[in-house]
Amino acid sequence: MAEWTEEVTQVAGSNLAIIKGGTGKPLLVLHEELGHPGWLTWHAALAREHTLLIPIQPGLGKSAKIDWLRNIHDLAMWYSWAFREKDLFPIDVIGFSLGGWIAAEMATVNPRQFRRMVLVAPMGIKPPEGEILDIFSITARTSLSYSVYDQDATSEYNKLYGGERTPEQFEAFEDARTENTRLAWEPILNNPVLSHFLEGVTGLPTQIIWGREDATVPVSAAEAYRKALHNTDVKATIFDHCGHRPEIEKSSEFIKLVREFLA
Amino acid sequence: MHMMYFTERPYRDVPEEEVIRNRSFFGVPNTFYDPEVGARYYNEYIDEAIYAEELGFDAIMLNEHHGTPFCMGAVMNVEAAILARVTKKARIVLLGNPLPVLKHPLRMAEELAMIDLISKGRLVPGWVRGAGSEQIFNNANPAYNREYFNEAHDVVIAAWTRPGPFRWEGKHFNYRYINPWVLPYQKPHPPIWIPGVISPETVIWCAEHRYPYIGLGTALHSTVELWNLYQQTAAQEGYVAGPENFGYLQQIHVSDTEEKAQQEGKAALFGGGAANFSRPEWTLPPGYNSKEATRRLARQATEYGFLGITSEKLAEQRGERRDPNEPKGHTRERLMRGEVSIEEAKQKIYAQYQKAQDGLQIVIGTPKTVIPRLKLILEVLRPGVMGLFQAQGPLTTEQRMNSIRLMGQEVLPALREIAKGLGIVDPFERQPGSRQYIAGTQLDPLVDLDALKRAPKRDESVRV
Repeated sequence: MAEWTEEVTQVAGSNLAIIKGGTGKPLLVLHEELGHPGWLTWHAALAREHTLLIPIQPGLGKSAKIDWLRNIHDLAMWYSWAFREKDLFPIDVIGFSLGGWIAAEMATVNPRQFRRMVLVAPMGIKPPEGEILDIFSITARTSLSYSVYDQDATSEYNKLYGGERTPEQFEAFEDARTENTRLAWEPILNNPVLSHFLEGVTGLPTQIIWGREDATVPVSAAEAYRKALHNTDVKATIFDHCGHRPEIEKSSEFIKLVREFLA
Repeated sequence: MHMMYFTERPYRDVPEEEVIRNRSFFGVPNTFYDPEVGARYYNEYIDEAIYAEELGFDAIMLNEHHGTPFCMGAVMNVEAAILARVTKKARIVLLGNPLPVLKHPLRMAEELAMIDLISKGRLVPGWVRGAGSEQIFNNANPAYNREYFNEAHDVVIAAWTRPGPFRWEGKHFNYRYINPWVLPYQKPHPPIWIPGVISPETVIWCAEHRYPYIGLGTALHSTVELWNLYQQTAAQEGYVAGPENFGYLQQIHVSDTEEKAQQEGKAALFGGGAANFSRPEWTLPPGYNSKEATRRLARQATEYGFLGITSEKLAEQRGERRDPNEPKGHTRERLMRGEVSIEEAKQKIYAQYQKAQDGLQIVIGTPKTVIPRLKLILEVLRPGVMGLFQAQGPLTTEQRMNSIRLMGQEVLPALREIAKGLGIVDPFERQPGSRQYIAGTQLDPLVDLDALKRAPKRDESVRV
C-alpha cells in the first residue's frame, strides 16, 4: 500500500495539491523553499501517529500559481483562507525553513488556527548575527550543498540530493526558486514586521528546532524567534554538529522531540 | 545605412588572473579599482566618441552594465549627457537603458528628455531587460523582470506624450503626479531602437511596437530566424518590415598590417571575453527567463553547472558518448574544483582565437581584409543600422585610436558604397513600420539566403 496520496482540490479560488499520508491526529506540514523533498524517514515515523497533510505551495508542482499574491505574508493569509475553507483548524503545524516562516506568519494572523507549532530553522526574521544565505544568487545545487553540516554523515541527503539529478528535477527546483524569488526577494528572505507581530501570539505552545552550524539561516535567529514569541509557551532546541536540516541530519533525535512535543 | 561607433568602455587594467579566478568579470572585487585609471579612461572614451564623429560615423552607441570591469558605463545617461554637448551632429544611441533594474521610469523619462534637448534632437533611446547579474547588483526582482520592463516602458512613453499632470497606478509603479517639466525635443518622442541577443519574446515585442531590432553580434543563421519572426509579426500588425527595422553590431579590430592586427586582436579574449561576462547562476537568476526558455536552456546549455546540472549529466541526457579519458566538466567548472591552474584556463581561452574569427564572432585584420567579411554580413542581413564595435581587452590607447581611424577612413566609406549597391535604407530614410502590408501580397526578401549559404557556421560554444 502506498504510504501517501496526492490530491488536487479547488479551494480559496484556486487549485491546491495536498499530499496526505498516515493515521491519527492531523499534522499540517509546510515544506521548504525548494518544494516537498519526498517521503523521508521522519515523514514515515510521524505518520504512525499523525495524518500528515502537506500542501504543495501555489506555483509549485500541481498547485496552481496565484499571481496576485505578492509576498510571504500574502501566502500565509491565503493558506489561512484555504485551510479554514477545508475546516482543518485548529491543527498542529510543522514548518521547515521558508515553510516555517509561513507558519509563523499564519500564527500572527490568528494563533487559534494552530494547536501546537513546530518551527524548524525558519526564515522570516533577520538574524541578529550573520546573514540568511542568498539562495537566489547561487544555483540550487550550491544551496543544497550548504544546507547540511556533514553530507557524508547524512544518508538521506545523499539519497535525495547527493546523486546527479536530471534536468526535470532541476526544473522543479527552478519553478520553486522562481516563485519564492517573486515572493521573498526583498527584504532578503525576511519580513521586518514579523517579530513585532509574533509578540501578539498567545496560547500557542511552540517548539523551535535549529542546527548550531546552520549555514542557510544562522542559529542566532533561533533566539530572535524565542524572544519574539515571549507571550506564549516557547522552547528552542539546538542540535550540535547540525546544519539547516535537523530532520535528516539528526533524524532520530528530531523525531523523538517532535513526537513528544505533539503528543 | 546608418553607421554607429561602439565600445563597451572596458576598464582595461584589471588583472586577468583575477577575472579568471573569479570565473567572471562581474563580481571581481572593486579593491582592484584605481580611480586614476578610471578618470583617464572615462575621458579617453569621450575623446574616442568625438574622434569617431569627426571621421564620419553617423552615431555613437553606448550601453550600460553594473558591477563589472567589462563595461564602465554604469550610468550611461551621464556619458550621453556629455556627448550631447561635446558632439555636433552624431546621433547618440543608447542600447540600452536597463529599465527593470532602474526602478524609477519617471526619472528615466526626465533624464532622457534632457539629453534629447541638449543634443537638439539627436537622441535614440533603447531599452534592455538588464543582464541577469544586474538584477542581483541592483536588487531588482528577476521574477518580475518582464513585467517591470513592460510597465516602465509604458510609464516613460506616457510621461513623454500624455499631457500632465496625471496619475499612474500600475502593478509595479505608482506616481501621484506625472507632469515633467522637461519634454523631449523630438516629437512625439525620440525614435526607440531595441538591442537583443536571442530572445524571441523581445523580437515579437519590438515588431509589435514597430521598434527597430538591433542584433548584438548574434550568429548569422539564428539572426536570420529572428528577423523572419519579426517580419511575420510585422505582417500581422499590418506593416512591411525592411532594412529600416533592423540593425547589427559587429566586434572588430583593424590595424595597419595583418600581423599587427592578429597580434593586437587577441585582446578581445582577455579574461575569457564575453563568455566570462558573468557566472551562470548570476546570468540566469530564478525567474529571469520564461519557464519555456529555462526548459530549453536546461537541455542546451554547454556552460558548466547551469541550474546546478553538470555538463556530464547534460551530455548523458542528450545521449552523447564521452571519451572516458576526457577530463570531466567545463574548464570553469574544473577551475572551481581546483583541477586546472589559472595558466591552463588562460591557454584554453586563447586557443579559441582562430575559431572566434572563423565564426565571425570577431573580425580582425587590415581594412582590406575586414571589408569582405563585413560585406558578407551586409549581404546576408541587409541591416539599416550597422554598428562597429571596437574590440575589447587591454589594447593601448594608440592601438584603439588607430583602429578607429582605419575604420573611419577606409572601412566606413567602403561599407557605405556596398550598402548603397544593396539598396539598404536606414530608419531615418524610411520610417520603420510606415509601409502598409496588404494581405496576400508578396514580401520583398528580408535577408539574402544565397549569401547566407556562403556564411560560415558559428561554433556557439565560442563567445567573444
